Amino acid sequence: MSIHSIYIVSKSGGMIFNYDHNYPKVETERTFNFPLELKLEVRNKKLIVVFGGQKDAVCAGQTLLSINGKPICEGPILEDGTNVVEFLTNEANFPTSLKFGKSRMSTNEKMFLGSMFYPLYAIASQISPEPHSSGIQIIEAENFKLHCLQTLTGVKFILITDPKFVGVDIVLRRVYEIYSDYVLKNPFYALEMPIRCDLFLENLKLLLEEVEKFGISYK
Amino acid sequence: MSRQTSRIADPKKVNSELFNLTYGSLVSQLVKDYENPEDVNKNLDRMGYNIGIRIIEDFLARTNFPRCGDMRDAADKIQQAFKMYLGLNPSIGNWSGASDEFSLTFETTPFAEFVELPDSCSNLKYANILPGVIRGACEMVQIEVQSWIQQDTLKGDNVTEIRVRFIKKLEDAMPAGED
Repeated sequence: MSIHSIYIVSKSGGMIFNYDHNYPKVETERTFNFPLELKLEVRNKKLIVVFGGQKDAVCAGQTLLSINGKPICEGPILEDGTNVVEFLTNEANFPTSLKFGKSRMSTNEKMFLGSMFYPLYAIASQISPEPHSSGIQIIEAENFKLHCLQTLTGVKFILITDPKFVGVDIVLRRVYEIYSDYVLKNPFYALEMPIRCDLFLENLKLLLEEVEKFGISYK
Repeated sequence: MSRQTSRIADPKKVNSELFNLTYGSLVSQLVKDYENPEDVNKNLDRMGYNIGIRIIEDFLARTNFPRCGDMRDAADKIQQAFKMYLGLNPSIGNWSGASDEFSLTFETTPFAEFVELPDSCSNLKYANILPGVIRGACEMVQIEVQSWIQQDTLKGDNVTEIRVRFIKKLEDAMPAGED
């Protein structure tokens, strides 16, 4: 029973808050010899495994995260500026320890996806054969479930959890209560703007930890 | 299921006298700053609006009421909100023919138990923050209303009356799926 992440979309459709709680980390670190049995390609300034590897270890789709413990930045280059592609084609650098994993979404990518949710929600309510239908409430996939609560004011709270999670409605309502307390009662918070309230984040973390440890408490 | 986690009620409850004094000092400072009572009225209304747009979410989070179908529904919810937030019990009445206008009647002006208006501020609307709150809250649930103080005990009337009139439903701001 774990909660992966929370997104809050404002009534005008922009994502105003995102928090990754228990985002499952998929990382493998191994020592590799020259030549690499993986085919790597640069995409979006990151080095991605295109072909090769086994399903349970390093496999296609994963990104090169670090070399010998040193993290890789956009480029792809190392922090000291060494070009990673050149590094990996030079036999003298091997054997070297490489860490591959699923790269986290950048904030921009998250905002983009979060903002895509708003029109999808609207389409769902319009496609419905019955009138007065709500929008998307649950999206179910093999490895996760996405739940959405839309308030009367148009703010959407989106929770991404593992498929076995029970009692999401209560969690969503609690998040709504915490939002109405720590965000809206902060006079320095302007409506529709990204939420940067520490108290809100703290209390949200407490709520999520409590839910994960003790299950849903009917308070 | 009631909220009891961080809301052990007593330490958080504030003495109503402190609240009356705070509101009173706010109004008197505004009068000093603006000098013209009409400006003070406008500012109180604007402050009320800012409170209204925020307090509506708290109201909805706590009560989980569904959307109001008509003004009679809305009037009932506003009455409940007054009870919930201020412990006041206004009565609803004076409905217009088309049921889109009504009055909230208080025996005395809220927050003004010990207040007397000086002659220089004879057209100051002391509790003008309340119509603003009503306006802001309704706007966030896509109902545009006009709200004003019709009668005021501070000016010698028998009761304090806040009138609320329905203008229109804000269709384009309606969240998807609710029409």
